[in-house]
Amino acid sequence: MSPAYALLKRDMTLAFRAGGGAMLAVAFFGTIAALVPLGVGADLALLGRIAGGVLWVAAALSALLSLDRLFQADFEDGSLDLLALAPLSLESAAAMKICAHWLTTGLPLTLVSPLLALIFNLPAEGYLALIGALAIGTPSLSAVGAIGAALTLSVRRGGLILALIVLPLITPAVIFGAGAVLTSLEGGGSAAFLFLAAFALGTVLLAPFAAAAAVRLNLAG
Amino acid sequence: MNNALDRVEATGLACERGGRLIFRDLNFVLTRGEALSLEGANGAGKTSALRVFAGLLSPSAGAMSLRVAATEITDGEERGRFVGWFGHLDGVKNQMTVMENASFAAALYGARDEVATVLDRVGLSRMRDLPGQYLSAGQRRRLALARLLLSERPLWLLDEPLAALDSVGKALIAELISAHCAKGGIVIAATHDPLGVAAQRLAMGAA
Amino acid sequence: MTNLSLSARLTALANPKRFLDLSGMLLPWVGGVAALLLGTGLYMSLFTAPPDYQQGETVRIMFVHVPAAWMGMFVYGVIATASLMGLVFKHPLADLSAKAAAPLGAGFTALALFTGAMWGKPMWGTYWVWDARLTSELILLFIYLGYIALWDAIEDPQRAAKAAAVLALVGVVNLPIIHFSVDWWNTLHQPASLLREGGSGIHPAFLKPLLLMAVGYNVLFVWLWFLRIRTEIFRRRSRSLMLAKGAGL
Repeated sequence: MSPAYALLKRDMTLAFRAGGGAMLAVAFFGTIAALVPLGVGADLALLGRIAGGVLWVAAALSALLSLDRLFQADFEDGSLDLLALAPLSLESAAAMKICAHWLTTGLPLTLVSPLLALIFNLPAEGYLALIGALAIGTPSLSAVGAIGAALTLSVRRGGLILALIVLPLITPAVIFGAGAVLTSLEGGGSAAFLFLAAFALGTVLLAPFAAAAAVRLNLAG
Repeated sequence: MNNALDRVEATGLACERGGRLIFRDLNFVLTRGEALSLEGANGAGKTSALRVFAGLLSPSAGAMSLRVAATEITDGEERGRFVGWFGHLDGVKNQMTVMENASFAAALYGARDEVATVLDRVGLSRMRDLPGQYLSAGQRRRLALARLLLSERPLWLLDEPLAALDSVGKALIAELISAHCAKGGIVIAATHDPLGVAAQRLAMGAA
Repeated sequence: MTNLSLSARLTALANPKRFLDLSGMLLPWVGGVAALLLGTGLYMSLFTAPPDYQQGETVRIMFVHVPAAWMGMFVYGVIATASLMGLVFKHPLADLSAKAAAPLGAGFTALALFTGAMWGKPMWGTYWVWDARLTSELILLFIYLGYIALWDAIEDPQRAAKAAAVLALVGVVNLPIIHFSVDWWNTLHQPASLLREGGSGIHPAFLKPLLLMAVGYNVLFVWLWFLRIRTEIFRRRSRSLMLAKGAGL
């Protein structure tokens, strides 16, 4: 078993045993989404139109939920020192953590999104766009989130500040993701998908380096 | 010992954190099979010194160098690849069993030894299926010790290795250090108690 | 900890010391120039510039609003540049200057948002319209707030400086993308944007006060910035003196 795979497997195990794993993120996702009709009213035409936007905002918030422990748990119990000394670069370690985070949040959210779209009365032509956009775009939430998590790993109760740092930086994902759903309803082009894919690719490629730099400076601090 | 680490040398090492000088002018030379006990009161900077040795922390002055197969390694991150780390934090995951904790370390460091054998060596074979959260402080130290053995690194950096261990555990540490040195490994331990093995001594706290 | 640590501390302060001398000499002049520029600029904006043939007197808000919006972005550029210098050259003054600039940038951005809303009421009949430019400014304000909060949250000043620097660089890479995404979003939701600040057909009578205000804001920024850097240096000095006392020096 390679070191990178071992880390991925361990983080997944911990996410399922300690953080409530995918269930917690999915439940949170559903709860936020369910609050919206209670807030704005049950006008089905309106809900169908805002479904993409609401689900994307809910996904962004749900991704934040388990993010603050991404590096912090390892920092507090000394595991991060061992990772830094392991035959695995911190960049690869960060990439594995991003991957584990996406597999336990982004992916399950994508999979349950059709159910929520159903209660939001999303028109049939929007489903494929919603699932596709979430599948393409949610990795960028984990990637940018990992940078924030690495920056705040020494901050006790860093969850709030993490949200404040990360949310403005992921606006493009929310804009293009929700935009992709909306344009699909209006029979528009695929520009939103392309932009979303570009943003996701860019953040996933760059985030491990930024996160590793942040981990290094925290270990050296 | 898969790495031919011949010599560890520190020259004029100093460390400064948050504008405060932690220690300065730390010098020593260790060759194959030698141990060093780093002594000093609390706050003397022993832990920071170990972090500098490991390359986790950059020294504000001086240099640390490892000679491996006739090449000198000074870069901090490269140095870390030779370090077996036994810090004051155990790095034991509460939600994973003893076996899972040790197996992860084995996979991470590419260990060749059987995990079960190593657990037996540190006296944890009876609790291999127990989750980390049920371990006592001493048992957690033993698990960390198993990880140190699994890492198969030539330079051991031990932070208060005797803390939280009973007399059997302390004897085990001494035995493992002796065995490591006998195989040509090098050990640096920060401690206020005698290690129980022959070692050079370096007093800190005069910074 | 006597000789060496003291001399080490003096070397570390060598550059800040030079900065203190120089800035101490320049500050009153910079402040004077800022007052002069802003005074003239405001007088021209409010009294000599003609009212716009469409917007009437409300166009005068533009002279306060537009340069403030420019400054909001410019100051972020300053922070990112200083952060890069701090990470690459490990210059202590770079970290300090990045930290000192942030609340000023947030202030200019908040001013731009506030005046934008003031302008919006007579223009659109409502204080807030999700105009692309205003929305970008709003997100920029949140980015500033996150940056400032990160500085405050991390106790160790060196660690805080490096973490904030990484965040500033991540932000500066992301800002153009955010700007682009908001522009795209704007065309998606409301194709007709009403607010054309200046644009190409700007009247020369507007241009002069606008530029005066822009330069005035810049000099004002430099003045406040230097002032804040000096304060920060003094704060660190008193802190290290206290630490030295605590260590029994």
